[in-house]
Amino acid sequence: MSPASGPATLAALVLVPAVVGVVLLVTGRRADRLAGPLAVATALATLTLAAGVAVWRPQAQAPFLPGVTGGELALAVDGLSAVLVVTVAAVAAAVVVFATADLPRTDARARFFGYLLLFTAAMLATVTATTIPALLLSWEIMGATSYALIGFQWATPGKAAAGTTAFLTTRLGDLGLYIAAGASFAGTGSLELSGLATADGGWRDVAAAGVLVAALGKSAQLPFSAWLSAAMQGPSAVSALLHSATMVAAGGYLLLRVQPLLEATGWAATTAAWAGALTALVLGLVAAAQVDLKQLLAASTGAQIGFVVLGAGVGSVAGGTAQWVAHAAVKAALFVVAGVWLTALGTKKLTGLRGAARRNRGIGAAATVAALALAGVPPLSLWVTKDWAMAGTGSTALRLVALSAAALSAVYAGRVLAVVLAPLPTDEARAAGRVPPVTTTVAWTLTLAAAGLAVLGLPAVAGRFAGVVAGGAQEAPGLGELAASGVIAVVVLAVVLVRPQLLAPLRRTPLLSWAGLPLLLTPRPWLAVARAADAVDARVIDRGVDGAAASVVRLARAVRRTDETVIDGAVDAVATATARSADVLWRIDGAVVDAAVHRLARSLRRLGGVMRRPQTGQLHQYYAQTLSGLGLLLALLLLVR
Amino acid sequence: MLLTVVVLLPVVVAAVLMMLPRLSQRAVAWSWVAAAAVDLALVIWMWIGFDPGRGTSGVVDGLAYDTKVRWIPTVDAAYHVGVDGLSLPLIALTSLLFLAVAIWSQREQDRPRRFAAVFLFLQTTCLGTFAALDLILFFVFFDLSIVGMYFVIAGWGHGNNRRSALKFFLYTFVGSLALLLGFIGLFLGGEERTFDMVRLAARPPLDDSPLLCGLVLLAIGIGLAVKTPLFPFHTWLPDAHTDAPAAGSAILAGVLLKLGTYGFVRIAMPMLPAAWQRWAMVAVVVGVVSVLWGAFVALAQRDAKRMIAYTSVNHMGYVILGLGVAGLVGADPEARTIATVGALVQMVSHGLLTGALFLLTGVLWSRGGTYDFSRWGGLARPAPLFAAALAVAVFGSLGLPGFSSFIAEFQVFTGTIQAAPVAGVIAVTGILVTAGLFLLAVQRLLTGPPLLAVPDAGPVTDDDGSTGSEFGVTADTAPRRAPAAAHAGHGAMDHGAMDHGAMDHGAMDHGAMDHGAMDHGAMDHGAPDDADAQTTTPTTTTPPPPSFPDLRMHEIASIVPLLVLSVVIGLAPVFLLDVIAPAAAAVVELVSR
Repeated sequence: MSPASGPATLAALVLVPAVVGVVLLVTGRRADRLAGPLAVATALATLTLAAGVAVWRPQAQAPFLPGVTGGELALAVDGLSAVLVVTVAAVAAAVVVFATADLPRTDARARFFGYLLLFTAAMLATVTATTIPALLLSWEIMGATSYALIGFQWATPGKAAAGTTAFLTTRLGDLGLYIAAGASFAGTGSLELSGLATADGGWRDVAAAGVLVAALGKSAQLPFSAWLSAAMQGPSAVSALLHSATMVAAGGYLLLRVQPLLEATGWAATTAAWAGALTALVLGLVAAAQVDLKQLLAASTGAQIGFVVLGAGVGSVAGGTAQWVAHAAVKAALFVVAGVWLTALGTKKLTGLRGAARRNRGIGAAATVAALALAGVPPLSLWVTKDWAMAGTGSTALRLVALSAAALSAVYAGRVLAVVLAPLPTDEARAAGRVPPVTTTVAWTLTLAAAGLAVLGLPAVAGRFAGVVAGGAQEAPGLGELAASGVIAVVVLAVVLVRPQLLAPLRRTPLLSWAGLPLLLTPRPWLAVARAADAVDARVIDRGVDGAAASVVRLARAVRRTDETVIDGAVDAVATATARSADVLWRIDGAVVDAAVHRLARSLRRLGGVMRRPQTGQLHQYYAQTLSGLGLLLALLLLVR
Repeated sequence: MLLTVVVLLPVVVAAVLMMLPRLSQRAVAWSWVAAAAVDLALVIWMWIGFDPGRGTSGVVDGLAYDTKVRWIPTVDAAYHVGVDGLSLPLIALTSLLFLAVAIWSQREQDRPRRFAAVFLFLQTTCLGTFAALDLILFFVFFDLSIVGMYFVIAGWGHGNNRRSALKFFLYTFVGSLALLLGFIGLFLGGEERTFDMVRLAARPPLDDSPLLCGLVLLAIGIGLAVKTPLFPFHTWLPDAHTDAPAAGSAILAGVLLKLGTYGFVRIAMPMLPAAWQRWAMVAVVVGVVSVLWGAFVALAQRDAKRMIAYTSVNHMGYVILGLGVAGLVGADPEARTIATVGALVQMVSHGLLTGALFLLTGVLWSRGGTYDFSRWGGLARPAPLFAAALAVAVFGSLGLPGFSSFIAEFQVFTGTIQAAPVAGVIAVTGILVTAGLFLLAVQRLLTGPPLLAVPDAGPVTDDDGSTGSEFGVTADTAPRRAPAAAHAGHGAMDHGAMDHGAMDHGAMDHGAMDHGAMDHGAMDHGAPDDADAQTTTPTTTTPPPPSFPDLRMHEIASIVPLLVLSVVIGLAPVFLLDVIAPAAAAVVELVSR
């Protein structure tokens, strides 16, 4: 391969695990037997590709949202990404190998490895994304696959609920990333991550706030920490990956990536620094109070990532990155060991793990070294990197909080050591812990990395490392500081190992139940809001519609009544009146008109009778009548003239 | 001409089916699938031949497959159809969903010939509404779609279907009357006195009279808000969905709701730009309220189908939010265009995902005759394919990146935050609530110990609810109990979840919630519609042992393609955005006049 194939290598780095993962998921249980070997092969191939891109530093992109500048899915490998890509791929490969041995044969292995590979691919894309769409895509797919992995044994009550809690809490943080995307577009006209720090005025603050919330949510920093507790419901391999180089670590990475943005706003950097330091302190106390190994380790994850967040806040990008990488190795090793003990002894309660390290010396030794590293004991890795991460701390108060938190890591690591190194109860057989050799190999690989990464603290190495990840020299801890923190760690550890009962009172405090932090994540208020809205919807809005419909019906009834009484009544009345008036007219007709006609006829008849009388038939009477008539006429003539 | 064939082919096949009463059920089913497949193939052919243009293209220019035939010349109404980047994706979505429904209904036993004919008729009305470029033609198709859906719900629904159908019909019909009033206002207000949509958009009427312009927008807005539906006009939706057959719900949510939102972009925005600008903030606020209201009320539901119905209100809220932002002329045009593109993608995305979700609830109904969350559990064990499909649809619907919904919502948010920051920030929280409610639903249905509902063999409940409120649920409020043993098992699971201090959905289960009045479970199992003349199960037979057969072939064939397409759009959206973006830019430009 040549650098010309760099973009293809980078694309393959993400696509190979993603595609194999999806194929496994789609094939389902038919692929169960093949899933383990295929996943191991894929994880190793991914590690090779990661090494390739770390050397060549390629860029790759695919069109996504063509209407927006920076809307494409763009990946690129710079120094920071190169370090993280290799770390992620290496830890993922180790965890996949561990899972092939640890996961029961009868489980849905294709589904498990499918999600595990998809999850890894999403993390690899997260640490190489250069645009917000690419980041958000991988960021949220990582969250969704973590849901599937935590709830892997969904048939067991509570497992799916734990996945839901994890997904919802991280998504609550993710809202910040959506808002940051909007602010980025509004403030720079583009969705490129590198442009965030140059956004105009208020938009830069909005973007910083959004990114900060997203990162704190994903990394289980205060106040979002409690989802980590629930996430322990997942299989051991899931915890090993989720708590080391992925998911929880992603928030820390994002803050390291956008450190210029945090610095540009000022307040965001301070907030991040304090959030990290306080989380390290509070979750350190929580870890010290736990009675369950996985819960202790979960709290310690939040605490240790707190130092990364602190580093990003105070500008110690190189130190933060070193802490990120070293913590990934330490925590993966410890979760692998915890998984081994859980499988072998059937418990993760600390009381059940007495002398666990003595049952199988190989695993026990690895566990001891990893726990010593977690405690910050020299010359192991976290001792150096933690101090480096807080090297830039200016404020005394912040430094005091951070130092106390560092001392606490010796406390909780000491608690683990005190239990697992304790002498075995004499009545138990020592041979009870048979561990698959492949698991021991994985545990030791990770442990050696955890120890060996202390070389990052050597001045020569540190300088080059800072050059790679931060592009220049960075403030490094002084020898005095290193010596002091080393002494503190050793002393605290010694006290805890000698007098472990000193910590017993902590278990009676709210620290055991994560200092009340789970209360912050309770869905109850939201469910109450939902119920209230539902009641209003059903009783006010829908009733209103029904009421409107009912009033239409009522109106219709009223109209019908009107119709029956007024309009129809009027018609009836008119008809009746017409009939009556016709009657009247008829009567008038008979009594007046007709009677008048009759009367006239009668008079005429009578007149006719009178007229008939002179008609006698005798000629002399006619003559006499004529003469008298003529006489009358003559008299009339004389009179008139 | 090709477009006309696409629009009319289904109704012609429907007519042929109605004329052949002797056709066997199989023949009917296959001719329905064939008709829908041919229609989809023609639409794909149209898509391939469509040139979306660059920059701004659509609404007033760049219309393809344009056909115009004189119809009512006295009012200048014509049979005028054509497509652009706004309508083509929705026409494609319509054809695809109707094909999915045809495949889904392969085994429909209840009057299959009429069933197919009604759906084919409905397909023509929906395609016609999207293709119409004349207001009267639009209105005719729009109204006929209501009629078609009424018959689907009343004829093949369950539960209180006849009342729900009536409520759906009357509510949306009253809405469409307001719409008609608005159309007449556009006709009278224009200088040209035409119903032609292209000419009305090119020379917007009533530009000089803010009052009249606002009133016409109010009429059109209310008409479309009822159809969409937007808060507070949404309450017909859950009832209609709950009592509709699965195929009907998929079409109702997937296609019919889009008629409303499509009306906004096609008619309200380009033809009344001045009023849209003036009242854009109202659209934004209504959008945000719909987003949150739909999400929260959905979270409180105890019935899977009602829950999905309410998420439709939420999803349509994003659409109207994006379209409202398009009218905020003070903001950056690029941001407004992005929000509009997001809104248009959301229409397609919601059709795919919610269509799939409703078909999946149909699986619940066909297996157990109930959608009640309290009567199902642990289904992932007997039905892994169903579980996988449901999980994928759910994650798509909650807006996970990698699905079409993310492409839509991300762009709506990005555009909105620039133009209306407060509204944008509030609206973003909606995706958290939908995530919560969907995961809760998955948790209840799929995980925990198995709990299988049995088809109810109890006495027949009277589903004539006319004695209660006019459209409300019946007075019968006693929730029907699941078989006692099974129920106890489920309760144990709830408490288990609570003990682990995680998402305590126990608090939302039976009894804890004053839900009696809304319990549809009480009547879900009512008598089969007497028109169906099915034999009722005698009350004496013992119920069959619970079983939950996994997805059958025809169910897979109808659901999976919808989900696959959503993922394709989610990962490689360019083919869709290339079509939509020029039209969205055109809408924004027209609104800015």
